[in-house]
Amino acid sequence: MSILVDGETRLCVSGITGREGTFHSLNNKRYGTQVVSGVTPGKGGQSVDGIPVFNSFREAVEETDANTAMVFVPARFAADSILEAAEAGIRTIVAITEGIPAHDELRTSAHLRGLGDVRLIGPNCPGVLSPGKANVGIIPAAFFREGNVGVVSRSGTLTYQIGNELAQRGFGNSSIVGIGGDPVPGSSFIDVLALFEADPETDLVVMSGEIGGSAEEEAAEFIADNVSKPVVGYVAGFTAPPGKTMGHAGAIVSGSKGTARAKAEALEAAGVRVGRTPTEVSEIVVETLGT
Amino acid sequence: MDLLEYQGKQLFARHGVPVPTGRPAATVDEAVTAADAVGYPCVVKAQVQIGGRGKLGGIKVASGREEAREHAAAILGMEIRGLRVHEVWIEEASSIEAEHYASIVFDRSAHAPLILFSTKGGVDIEQVAEEDPGAIASLHVDPLLGYQQFHGRRLAFEAGIDADLVRPLTGLLAKLYDAFVGEDAMLIEVNPLIVTPERELRALDAKVTLDGNALFRHPDNAALRNPSAEDAQEQMAKERSLTYVKLDGDIGILGNGAGLVMSTLDVVAQAGGRPANFLDAGGGSKADAIVAAVEVILSDEKVRAVLFNIFGGITRCDEVAKGLIEAFERVRPQVPFVVRLDGTNDEEGRRLLRDAQLPGLVVEATMLGAAERVVELATGTAIAPGRAEPGPSRTTPTLQTR
Repeated sequence: MSILVDGETRLCVSGITGREGTFHSLNNKRYGTQVVSGVTPGKGGQSVDGIPVFNSFREAVEETDANTAMVFVPARFAADSILEAAEAGIRTIVAITEGIPAHDELRTSAHLRGLGDVRLIGPNCPGVLSPGKANVGIIPAAFFREGNVGVVSRSGTLTYQIGNELAQRGFGNSSIVGIGGDPVPGSSFIDVLALFEADPETDLVVMSGEIGGSAEEEAAEFIADNVSKPVVGYVAGFTAPPGKTMGHAGAIVSGSKGTARAKAEALEAAGVRVGRTPTEVSEIVVETLGT
Repeated sequence: MDLLEYQGKQLFARHGVPVPTGRPAATVDEAVTAADAVGYPCVVKAQVQIGGRGKLGGIKVASGREEAREHAAAILGMEIRGLRVHEVWIEEASSIEAEHYASIVFDRSAHAPLILFSTKGGVDIEQVAEEDPGAIASLHVDPLLGYQQFHGRRLAFEAGIDADLVRPLTGLLAKLYDAFVGEDAMLIEVNPLIVTPERELRALDAKVTLDGNALFRHPDNAALRNPSAEDAQEQMAKERSLTYVKLDGDIGILGNGAGLVMSTLDVVAQAGGRPANFLDAGGGSKADAIVAAVEVILSDEKVRAVLFNIFGGITRCDEVAKGLIEAFERVRPQVPFVVRLDGTNDEEGRRLLRDAQLPGLVVEATMLGAAERVVELATGTAIAPGRAEPGPSRTTPTLQTR
């Protein structure tokens, strides 16, 4: 198995006719992902390298049985596109777009929660890769192979760094999930940890957090009560000064809450071993699972 | 994006939140004209984002024109905790019967706005939260439903506001919520929210943080400036569309992706170095962005060595290498560079750097190795390559490790 995306994934890409949208859709397709359709309003009837383009998600779902959406449209249109995908019946939505207004994310997330069974990954995330099965997003798949370590992270490139350190020590991944660096992520660490806990192919989970908010502390509490598999943690931003946003909208330390130290301590108190560098994370994985 | 007090008050006024009449001024003459228009007595307030600026001499009451001139002359240009005062806000003096507190924050973990209200205003609310948590009433608002009158009543009764102020408070919170959503704010705080002798509520201070991602919807807000909060390098980076935060060390840092850059800062600090900045060149960094980034990093004179830590996903390492080569031609850096390239097109990127033989540039194979190396170079425990020692640079042997 694996989580979120696999051989059953039938992907429809919103914004497939844009430069980045086309590039990554075709990349995902080459990897073996079933990219069945795309959506660009006004460009229905065209195709991108044989992938049919529709005017709406509704049409795309009807015609191509898409069950997963990837959103690649500019920030000011992205919330609308996410909501449209959900309305058309798609239940797994991966939003790559960066810079969506926070209030748009808030309304979108509140609506999706009301629907109950829609899973949104992102926005502002690198997507999900299940090595050997499917790649939905922009993760450079060549660096990862199949294996038993699940990875969930708020940061894209840091995910690649950690994944690559694991690969160099001979570990592969069941799935790699970037939940994104925005203040209101569609899926939290907890949502993804629960999926990894239930996934028989995952033996260990690496969880990579960063300063800002309290998602890591909440995850620590969840792990203590609900996760039987070993979890190895990492937190970026020990040297970040308070009051400054470190690139990710979500990465701002206000007051004493949200510091890297507080997060690392909360995770350790929940029995999670926390690596101080990405390299140390991979060393702990080696110690835990053996080589 | 944090607003100055007067910018926040003007934003409040647009949404019907009662604020004292006032005018901004950037010079002493402007301040006197503003004071005449506002009337006496008036208050001269330094426009810097520092709590407790009153105690530091940044807020003064003027009973007449001469005093207004004196205060404006003293406050304009003064430095409060390192921030220079570029503007003052002249406002009518308010009579205060009681000081309350109100705020709306973006509560990420609850996925909802959180409204806080307390009758204990005028002091640091975190102190109130610690000493008397029962004095703060709070509730979440469903973002799809929005603020309702019952929300306000619940907060008013829970916090124990005087009975005659329940209805005014309920109305005022509706206007604040309207501003919070309408202006795409991340935070709105009114402390103190005063009660006047006429039993009216007024926002005597305003702290507003807007969502930078939503400024395209608010061109007026996007044009607001806060010169005292803008560091020269940060300003330069903003003009080049780079995410840059200045720190106080001497090792310049560039990476791609916020998380990886934060991690790089940590690893450099663990190796004993002190980062000079955070710079995220972003996804898909092209050569131009790299040149701009090098210029920004080196504009900080404290920088003694620079670390590039790239893991290419969308970003292609050959593009980064091309940018670096171009930057070396244009800027001719006088400090050593340590470069680590991994990911998309990394071999091509390293080959380009090797062929270019850039002076003072070394390539390291790992993030940890690169961090250790740059710390050695910055602290002077290693000889800068390509300078003290002619002949082949260290680039060649390190490249062969991969």
